[in-house]
Amino acid sequence: MSDINTKTTPLLRLEHVGKEYYGNRVLSDISFSLMPGEILGLVGENGAGKSTLLNILFGMPVISSTGGYEGDIYIDGKVANFTTPNQALAAGIGMVHQEFSLIPGFTATENILLNREVLNGSVLSYVFSPRVSTLNRDAMNQRAIRAINTLGVSINPDMTVSEMPVGYKQFIEIAREIDRKNTRLLFLDEPTAVLTESEAEILLAALKKLARKGIAIVFISHRLNEIKDLCERIIILRDGKLITDVQSQDISTREIASLMVGRGIERPRISLEKSTDSTNPGANPQQQGKPKKIKLALRIEHLWVDMPGETVRDVSLDIRKGEIFGIGGLAGHGKLGIPNGIMGLYPAGGNVRLFGKKLKLNRPRSALNRKMAFVSEDRRSVGLLLDEALFWNVTFTAMQVQGRFLLGIPGIFQIRNELAMRKETRKFIEALDIKCTGTGQKAGELSGGNQQKLCLAKAFALRPEILLVCEPTRGIDIGAKTIVLNTLKEYNREHGTTIIITSSELEELRSVCDRVAIVGDGKIAGVLPATSPAEDFGMLMMGQKFLDPETVYGALPSENANANANS
Amino acid sequence: MRKLFDIIAGNAVPAIFIIISAFAIPLSGYSASYLIQELLTRIGRNSFLILSLLIPIMAGMGLNFGMVLGAMAGQIGLLFVSDWGVVGIPGMVLAMLLGTPIAIILGIFCGNILNRAKGREMVTSYILGFFINGVYQLFVLYLMGWVIPVTNPSLLLSRGYGVRNAVSLLGIRGVLDNLIPTIVAGADRAKNFINMQGSGTFMALQIPCFDGEVRIPLATFLLIALFCVFIIWFRKTKLGQDMRAIGQDQSVADSAGIAVNRTRVIAIVISTVLACIGQVIYLQNMGTLNTYNSHDQTGMFSIAALLIGGASVSKASITNVFVGVILFHLMFIVAPVAGKNLIGDAQIGEYFRVFVSYGIIAIALVLHAWKRNREAEASRRSLRGNSNANREGE
Repeated sequence: MSDINTKTTPLLRLEHVGKEYYGNRVLSDISFSLMPGEILGLVGENGAGKSTLLNILFGMPVISSTGGYEGDIYIDGKVANFTTPNQALAAGIGMVHQEFSLIPGFTATENILLNREVLNGSVLSYVFSPRVSTLNRDAMNQRAIRAINTLGVSINPDMTVSEMPVGYKQFIEIAREIDRKNTRLLFLDEPTAVLTESEAEILLAALKKLARKGIAIVFISHRLNEIKDLCERIIILRDGKLITDVQSQDISTREIASLMVGRGIERPRISLEKSTDSTNPGANPQQQGKPKKIKLALRIEHLWVDMPGETVRDVSLDIRKGEIFGIGGLAGHGKLGIPNGIMGLYPAGGNVRLFGKKLKLNRPRSALNRKMAFVSEDRRSVGLLLDEALFWNVTFTAMQVQGRFLLGIPGIFQIRNELAMRKETRKFIEALDIKCTGTGQKAGELSGGNQQKLCLAKAFALRPEILLVCEPTRGIDIGAKTIVLNTLKEYNREHGTTIIITSSELEELRSVCDRVAIVGDGKIAGVLPATSPAEDFGMLMMGQKFLDPETVYGALPSENANANANS
Repeated sequence: MRKLFDIIAGNAVPAIFIIISAFAIPLSGYSASYLIQELLTRIGRNSFLILSLLIPIMAGMGLNFGMVLGAMAGQIGLLFVSDWGVVGIPGMVLAMLLGTPIAIILGIFCGNILNRAKGREMVTSYILGFFINGVYQLFVLYLMGWVIPVTNPSLLLSRGYGVRNAVSLLGIRGVLDNLIPTIVAGADRAKNFINMQGSGTFMALQIPCFDGEVRIPLATFLLIALFCVFIIWFRKTKLGQDMRAIGQDQSVADSAGIAVNRTRVIAIVISTVLACIGQVIYLQNMGTLNTYNSHDQTGMFSIAALLIGGASVSKASITNVFVGVILFHLMFIVAPVAGKNLIGDAQIGEYFRVFVSYGIIAIALVLHAWKRNREAEASRRSLRGNSNANREGE
């Protein structure tokens, strides 16, 4: 309440805002304020709580339907509690989402003025409703042009959105928000993610122009240079908490990156004896002296994968035999697409060589036949047969692909060897400490963590040479996490299996893997040994250019080129 | 290559029909004036029904198989009118007025059900047609003459309740078509026509070197033209704009604050009411009402005609309607005779016609699904990297 005494009331003020989803705390004690015309940068990793914060401010139904939020939000010094987006719109809050919400077959004008069309008055509109009035195209075009001009770009208002380059679409979205007369506060969720560099520059200039007109802007981006360039103030969120609230000139991009991914977390305890000799030799042959000893398990060249929401554009990677290789990066940038594409679950192209021999893409069976095993990130619908017993789940793929656990003459008459199936399953239940009533229990009845262990057991039952694991710890409790990760480490050590882990949790990757690749925009942003400082990973995730190529010391030559070209 | 393919795929159906007609017309041996007369009659008879399909397509609800609901409403109106003995134009208008509230109620019912079956509107409305047909039969077969008084015994079955299968609509037969008698004919026939008409409004156009005569249902055409103007105007209204937006992306429209469900119901109600009016016009031309069958084929044939005109499940224009009605009914007229002249069996032409009309609907639905998948894939393809270099590895 002290703010009211100052000369101007902040446009937006948050006091101790927090949010819990079903006992799971995602946001706690967020307080900040925003003056008219101010540009605020909001940064944080996936899961830091940015989207939840936006959902609260924009009155998304998901918040009120899960019990609302804690703390207070003030607009112009008055308490605001939006329960629908329309209330937020009425209060002058505009939001540009990450996904385009435009009608593809409509022109720029029609989209900018969607549901706010200028109408010709007519008698009919009094008799029935205003909806039977015709549209005043000329007036609409004029308003659209005015909104577009405010942004400092020139777009033909009669152009159909589906024919526009991606950058234009983003401008149309913003033009739509600023055409709304009362818009005073604009939230932009990664607006530059889809833009080229020059388009992004125009956009940033346009935003500055808007801010000078008194519109406050909250800008979310993973490109730290942009944040530094555009924003006056920067707020960093981590694990649902507000970490810093600083003027942007007082902080360097490197500091931002390290604050984001979390400083002070030291290199986790894991024996490095095995990994030290396989960590660096590729890139620094002069120092290591014995590069020829490296055996490649998997060579990926120019892989593209058409996985919705996780598109892989052009990925080249070399994965050594016997290493644990991590793939990290922000959600939606394609890290999940890489293993899914290699396993043939989504349309893919490019070259993948397994121990020097080419792998047929787009056919899961061919990957399985080559002794690759896959643990899907979607364990309920892809990973498990939920309505079947545990022993079925564990042995099913091995039976189908390798013909094990069968009795009889192959090709003529075969029956399941349930005894062997149950025996194998019991072995894994013990080894992985799967909590269940027995081998006959249905997979769907297990808890999330135990289901994940079951997925691992299913993959291990294939006796793979290469194991691809996606999001192994997503949605499971800490105890199960540790077991899952330790199991992977042990399996790698005992069997020399090459393991590729894809995870959103960077710290987890750093604790388990030998090397970690960071994916950005469907390409490899860089490959680092897991021992590298966290902020280096943070910088890669934020699309920072490594000015010093030495930094990418974990990468093989081809990856080096890639990293430099893409960052 | 892809573009060329798209153009061919987009117009394949009308093109095939034009080619078939080009062979069938000479085989049938019909004279030009006969063909034109038949075509004009059928355009007047069917266009309105087909036009009623356009608005749901605009709202992204696909082909409204539920238009038979409107047709049934129109028939109930006609039954009452012929019972009460109201004849001429007043009878027709009264039938429409009686049918309209029923059509509105059915439309609201249908629209609300379709809102619960988003993405499966077509099959839902098709099955809904069967359901309402059952209700209609209950009404006509049991309730009329029993609960609902029917004074004219010639309408009823001999058992005293329930409507006969064939109901004569002599009172309103052709009243709209002949409201403004119009003829295009050679000099002699035109003079005859003028003498016959005597006083009253009529139009006659003489064509010197033309032997036959063609009568034009001018008033019906004017009504259809009026309706086309209505559709053009409707597209320009806010409501039409909202429907187009919903048709393309419901969630975007919803987040922009457009009342999606309500608008979809309005689209279906408009379509149902127009189908009701269309059915009255159709039966006015036929002159008899087959109580239990007339509406049966209405939806199917209208949809087939629209698709033959080059429309798709998601896109249809007024041009598609008229191209479709001409081509489809040209086939109707010439195919049986052509089949008879060719193979000696009229049944083969009839068989061909039915085969074609259902086949066309099936193909159009498959094409639609295939195209939608392909577009979705193409839109994601743009996200891939320098794909040409990558393709080598495949």
